[in-house]
Amino acid sequence: MKKTGLNKVDLIFEAVDPKEVLTKAFNMSNDEIIQQVLESGLKGRGGAGFPTGLKWKYTAAEKETEKYVVCNADEGEPGTFKDRELLDRAAYKMYGGMTIAGKAIGAKNGIVYLRGEYRFLLPQLLRELESFHKLIKEIGYDFTIRYALGSGAYICGEESALFESIEGFRGEPRNKPPYPTTSGVYSKPTSINNVETLVTVVMIIQHGAAAYNQLGTKDSRGSKVFSVSGDTPTPGIFELELGMTVQEFVNEFGDGDTKAVQVGGASGFCVPRKKFNTTIIGFEGVPTGGSMKLFNSSRSMYNVLHNYLDFFAEESCGQCTPCRVGCQQLLKGVEHVKKGAVKSTYLNELTKLADTMKIASKCGLGQSVGNAFKTIVENFKEEIIY
Amino acid sequence: MINLTINDQKISVTPGTTVLDAAKKLNINIPTLCNHPDLCVAGNCRVCVVEQRGARTLIAACALPVSEGMDIHTNTLKVRNARKHIVELLLSEHRSDCTKCYKNQKCELQALANEFAFGDTIFLDLVEDHNYTIDRSSPSFTKDDSKCIRCQRCVRTCSELQYISAIAVANKGAHQKISSFHDKPMSHVVCTNCGQCVNRCPTGALVEKTSIDYVWDAIYDPDKHVVVQTAPAVRVALGEDLGYDPGERVTGKMVNALKQLGFDSVLDTDFSADLTIMEEGTELLVRLKKALVDGDKEISLPMFTSCSPGWIKFIEHKYPEFLPNLSTCKSPQQMFGALAKTFYAQKRKIDPSKIVSVSVMPCTAKKFEADRPEMRASGYKDIDYVLTTRELAIMIKQAGLDFKNLEPAHYDSIMGDSTGAAVIFGATGGVMEAALRTAYEIVTGREVPFTNLNITPVRGMDGVKEATIKIEGCTDDWKFLEGAELKVAIAHGLVNANKIMKMVKEGKAPYHFVEIMACPGGCIGGGGQPIPTSMTIRQTRMKAIYSEDEHMVLRKSHENPDVIAIYKEFLGKPNSHKSHDLLHTHYVERDNY
Repeated sequence: MKKTGLNKVDLIFEAVDPKEVLTKAFNMSNDEIIQQVLESGLKGRGGAGFPTGLKWKYTAAEKETEKYVVCNADEGEPGTFKDRELLDRAAYKMYGGMTIAGKAIGAKNGIVYLRGEYRFLLPQLLRELESFHKLIKEIGYDFTIRYALGSGAYICGEESALFESIEGFRGEPRNKPPYPTTSGVYSKPTSINNVETLVTVVMIIQHGAAAYNQLGTKDSRGSKVFSVSGDTPTPGIFELELGMTVQEFVNEFGDGDTKAVQVGGASGFCVPRKKFNTTIIGFEGVPTGGSMKLFNSSRSMYNVLHNYLDFFAEESCGQCTPCRVGCQQLLKGVEHVKKGAVKSTYLNELTKLADTMKIASKCGLGQSVGNAFKTIVENFKEEIIY
Repeated sequence: MINLTINDQKISVTPGTTVLDAAKKLNINIPTLCNHPDLCVAGNCRVCVVEQRGARTLIAACALPVSEGMDIHTNTLKVRNARKHIVELLLSEHRSDCTKCYKNQKCELQALANEFAFGDTIFLDLVEDHNYTIDRSSPSFTKDDSKCIRCQRCVRTCSELQYISAIAVANKGAHQKISSFHDKPMSHVVCTNCGQCVNRCPTGALVEKTSIDYVWDAIYDPDKHVVVQTAPAVRVALGEDLGYDPGERVTGKMVNALKQLGFDSVLDTDFSADLTIMEEGTELLVRLKKALVDGDKEISLPMFTSCSPGWIKFIEHKYPEFLPNLSTCKSPQQMFGALAKTFYAQKRKIDPSKIVSVSVMPCTAKKFEADRPEMRASGYKDIDYVLTTRELAIMIKQAGLDFKNLEPAHYDSIMGDSTGAAVIFGATGGVMEAALRTAYEIVTGREVPFTNLNITPVRGMDGVKEATIKIEGCTDDWKFLEGAELKVAIAHGLVNANKIMKMVKEGKAPYHFVEIMACPGGCIGGGGQPIPTSMTIRQTRMKAIYSEDEHMVLRKSHENPDVIAIYKEFLGKPNSHKSHDLLHTHYVERDNY
């Protein structure tokens, strides 16, 4: 495990011999695998950050004989493009991670839910899947992976909406509980993990939890792949050790005029310059599924916010009231404030609405609309009003 | 048992109970909107959110199963603020022309607004931002998207109870709406007009197409003779809209009210229900004879009842290959209509063109049925206007009648007599029971071998019911049926109808005769009945129907004196040429989308 530069890491894309790492995993007991993942401190790389080992432990504990491993490859968060790179360059490790998960929880079937816009990757992915199936057969293990394709709805990245979509229904989130570990796809216990999470698991098995633990902080172990975009001279995919401050990040990627960084995409948080030094990128500060968007002083934060709200008003599934109507109200509300059609104090009402959406929406989409709204309005109020 | 506390009150409930139901047991009311006792949990309106101590977010009580040690609070500041916001949000998307709305004061959103959202409006009006449409294409109901709050009760009703899914959710986000296949008008899709969605819509988005004003116009037209017929299920439900608890029989008061409204003659659909039994029972026996004795392979069995226009449209859309299995008998409403402008007109010496024939039905599909082009056997439109139970209640209120204090009155003569057999048409299994009471007696000369004529195996709320009756001691004409076992089945709610149709399609249905009603519980749970309708309410109405039957002197269709008279004076005998002209019909194949 080599560390290069300031805190750039090359672990996730590191080449491994799949046969070697899988044989190693198959020689471990299910409990040992889960224990390794628990000890690694790995948290879901899709953004929500649920401890992966715990998810597996719960799914493993279910008595049901039919279980599923689902890989969430519906990378749709604005500004995230790291899973595309992983699918392109390290699909065999994603398949490996799914198979290891399958062993740990007692599932014989895996489903990759691939973002519709990534359909162009499918022929290549299927070729690699064919050789992967051959490989595990050779090792003497039984696990079958298939693909399900999304059609472009952002909401289908939400785990239960994703299950509905796989089952052929309209992609709408389910009520929770029950959680996927008890009742997921086809109402069977399901462990659903992000592409990067599954790839990371392979690396944890390869190097061991203790080695992986060397990276990151207490709350945010390891490294992660970031999608860097916006006003930066070096946009692209970068694997970085977790635990840096936004300032450290901006020092590396900023253009010298960075006024804000949107961490975690449209559903994430806006960090203004004055908070760069005190904000840690990770679960102790602002978590991210990988999206890092830099804005310099030429950008209107009103436009940024408007863009996000427009996105949510379109991409809410429309099922629950706080999200469907709340998104429209936030959008129309900021437009009216900007136009001067309502008093600027109307922003206070909208902030309260964002709070309601956070606690009363049915799923993570509606619950996170307020993140961008509140952090942009709080920090750039004058840009919204004038 | 699971122990939890709600608002600091302890309660133990069975596992699987929702927090909403547990709270009900403690008499704690949690407001709801998308929730309906007949439907699966949706949890999408979020009005019922409650606070669970230790949870990151509020949780919808309707969708939250209890767990040990749960600490729930239903009325914290957080909850109240969220609820207020949610109701305000719904109002901002909803065209609130309440005073003009058909559902004014019967609207569940309005009731919530009254509790949570009075005073200044918080949010901006979104109604004009949406390109809302009003679909008036169905003869049975109007669909006004500007009143829709996306609770999806209608969608769940159409798929879970009726297995049709004529309406479903389309688009997402701000553009999400309840729509039909390719946004086609409701008249051009698989909709059966059953009105179950109308019955469950909490707002004015889905309402019956009302004929009230046309009926008033006819009543006040001195040139017109307006006859009205009332369906069996109306008399056990009308009271609910006029201040009575469910289950009250208001037959006499209803008849009096209709007279006071100004109808020239108040008659009973029960009369033509008895007539239906004579026609349909005979048709069944003829089919059985042709199939069993003559070995005629062309005869389609099982024979299906044809009283329920929602069911007729369902089979026309979904299983058109089985249309020959449908009885050719018109529904009682349409038999009545055809006779009102022929037999009745002759007897009363009235020019049939001057007769306006009105029916009061528990049903919205009857409005469609009355408009079918086949339904003009009299040379005129057999039924001019159909009123639902709800519409009649509105007319009674409009006329300022003190319904509760009305003296009971009797139906007028000529097509006003009825029997208990006709009354039970209103409940699932009723047509079957009535048919058996008569057919068995025709074949054996004896009453059906059930205590007090109550054929209990065909009664009750099971979705699909089956019964077998052994025919013994046949009269000479019917010797070929001696020892035969007549196998019958009954289904109510189209989801159950579909179960039977699947069996029939797979050749696994051993039945001779099948009764199907489109609505859950039969007509007592019809789409035109008072709102709300739930399983408990349907059961109460059903009890009232059977009690009405028990209280009748005559309980067998063939003993109805008006029926005996009409065969003697006008029709000849069941399935006669004249009967066929006036009382029988044919069906059409329709698209399945």
